[in-house]
Amino acid sequence: MADGGFTAILGPNGCGKTTLFKVIARRVAPKSGSIRLNGRPITEYSSRDLAREVAVVAQESSIAFAFTAWEVVLMGRTPYLGRLQTESERDYEIVRGAMELTGTLPLRNRPITDLSGGEKQSVMIAQALAQESGLFILDEPTQHLDLSRQLEMMELLKRLNSEGTTIIVVLHDLNMAARYADTLALMKEGRVVGTGIPAELLTPQVVREVFDVSARVDIDEETGRVRIEVLEADLVRR
Amino acid sequence: MPKNIFIPILGLMLLGALVLAGAVGAVRVSPGEIISASTAIFTGTDSLSAGEFIWLRVRLPRIILSAVVGASLAISGTVLQGLFRNPMAEPYIIGVSSGGALGATLVLMFGQGLMFLSLSLPVFAFLGALAATGLVYGLSRVDGRISTTTLLLSGIAVSSFVSALIALLMTLHGEDLYAVFFWLMGSFSARNWGHVRMILPFFVVGFAVIFFYYRELNVMLLGDDKAAHLGVDLEKAKPVLLAATALLAGAAVSVSGLIGFVGLIIPHIVRLIIGPDHKTLIPAAALGGAFFLLVADIIARTVLAPTEIPIGIVTSLFGAPFFIYLLRTRRRTIGSS
Repeated sequence: MADGGFTAILGPNGCGKTTLFKVIARRVAPKSGSIRLNGRPITEYSSRDLAREVAVVAQESSIAFAFTAWEVVLMGRTPYLGRLQTESERDYEIVRGAMELTGTLPLRNRPITDLSGGEKQSVMIAQALAQESGLFILDEPTQHLDLSRQLEMMELLKRLNSEGTTIIVVLHDLNMAARYADTLALMKEGRVVGTGIPAELLTPQVVREVFDVSARVDIDEETGRVRIEVLEADLVRR
Repeated sequence: MPKNIFIPILGLMLLGALVLAGAVGAVRVSPGEIISASTAIFTGTDSLSAGEFIWLRVRLPRIILSAVVGASLAISGTVLQGLFRNPMAEPYIIGVSSGGALGATLVLMFGQGLMFLSLSLPVFAFLGALAATGLVYGLSRVDGRISTTTLLLSGIAVSSFVSALIALLMTLHGEDLYAVFFWLMGSFSARNWGHVRMILPFFVVGFAVIFFYYRELNVMLLGDDKAAHLGVDLEKAKPVLLAATALLAGAAVSVSGLIGFVGLIIPHIVRLIIGPDHKTLIPAAALGGAFFLLVADIIARTVLAPTEIPIGIVTSLFGAPFFIYLLRTRRRTIGSS
C-alpha cells in the first residue's frame, strides 16, 4: 500500500475485511504471507515501536471502567512514556489538540462509561490521534455516528491524510468510500477481488459481482464524484 | 471527594488506627509504658516490665502485621481485578489460598518435628501458595500467551482440587481439625516480629513492582487488543504482575491464614471514591486495606476479650453489610457496566 494513501476496504459481510483488519493490526497471524511496514515484517517490531508507527481503531470498544475521556485519550501517549516518566506539558497539548480535532474536548471530564456509542468512538479516534503515528487503521469508524458526524469524521480523516497520514479504513458505505478514498480494495469470500481508484474500479458489473446487487454507477457532473445507486438485489446468481 | 485529599485522609486514618491499636487490647498498657518500651528499642530490651514487653513483643508486631497484610491483600485484589477486568476477582482465585492452606494443613498435621521452628508453618504455607499459583499459571498458558479466561478457570480447578485434598486430610487425620480450621479462618494472634520480617520484603518488592506498572494496568483495562496496540508488552506485563500478586497474597496468607473480603471489597470501595487510575488507586488501596484490617483486628481482640474472634469472621461480619450499603447508595457507579 502506498505511503500517504487513503485506502478503503469494502465488501459484503463475511468477506473477510474484518479478518484482514485483524491481520494488519497484528491481532491475528496470517495463514500465509506476511505484512510489512516500511520494509520490515510487522512481527519484527516491538509493541512499543509498532504503536508509534500505527494507530488502530477497532469497531467495538467496551470500556468498563470509569476513566474520563481525557484520561482515555492520554493513554494514547503510552508508546512514548517510560516507566518512571510522568506525562509532560507536550503530552497534554497533544491530547488537547486531538480532542479538539475530533470535537471531543467538551467531553473531557465525563466518564467514558457515560458516553454514547458515537461519542465513545470519537474519543477512541482522538486517542489514536494522540499516538502521532504515520498510519491509521480503522474498522468502520463511522458506525455509530449520525450522518453529519459521519461526514465530519471522514473529512477529518481526509484532512489528516492531506497532512501526511496514511489511512486504511474498512467501510461498508460504497458512496462514502468512493467519495473519500484514493484507492479501494474490494473483498469477497476471503479474497481481494479488485483494487483501484473508485472511478475505474467501480462498474455495475463489479458491484454486482461483489455485492450481489444491480446498481447504476455514474459520475456526478457537479462534484466529479463517483455515485453508486443501488437498484435491486440480484441474488439469482447464487 | 477530590482525589488529592483522599490519600492524605487515608494516611491520617491509618495513623489514628495505629495509635488506637497500640493503646487498646486485652492487657492494659499505660501510655508511659508505651513510651518507655519504644525508647527501649534503642537503649536495650533486657529489663522490660510486663506491659512494656507485651507492647513491644506482642502488640506492636501484631498491629504492623495486620496493616501490612491488609495492604498486601488490597493491592493484590486491585491488580487482579484489573488483570481480569472482572470486579469479582480477588487474591485467592489464582490458587494462593488453597495452596497456602494445604501447606499449613500439612505442617499442622504432620509437622510435629518441624514445629520447633515457629516459622515452619508460614514457610510451608508460602511455598504451598506459590506452588499452587505456579501450577495455575502454567495451566493457563495457551500458545505461549496467557489467556485470562483460562487463568480464571485453572484457578478454580486447582483450588477445588486442593481444597478437596485438604478436606480428605481432615477426615483422615481428625485430631488436628480444630487447629487447621482455626488457621483457615485467619488470625493475628500469637504473631511476632518473625512474621513481620517474613512478609515485609515481599510487601516492599510487590508494592514497588506493581506501583511502577500503573500505566500498563490502566491501559490493560481497555482490553488486551487495545493495550497491545498502545504498545504494552502483554507477554511481559502479565507474568510480572501475576508474580508480584502471588508474592503479596502468598506472603499474606502464610503469616495470617485466610482472610477473606479485604482483597475483594477494599479495591471496589477505593475505586468508587478515587477512580480507576492505578497511579492513585494502588497506594489508596494499600492504605485502605491496612486501615481496614487494623481496625478489624482491634475488634477481633477486644470485643470478646480475652477471647479472640478469628479475624476472617470480623472482616466478613462487618465488611459485608457496609459494602451492601455502598452498593445500594452508589449502584450506578460500581465497577463495571
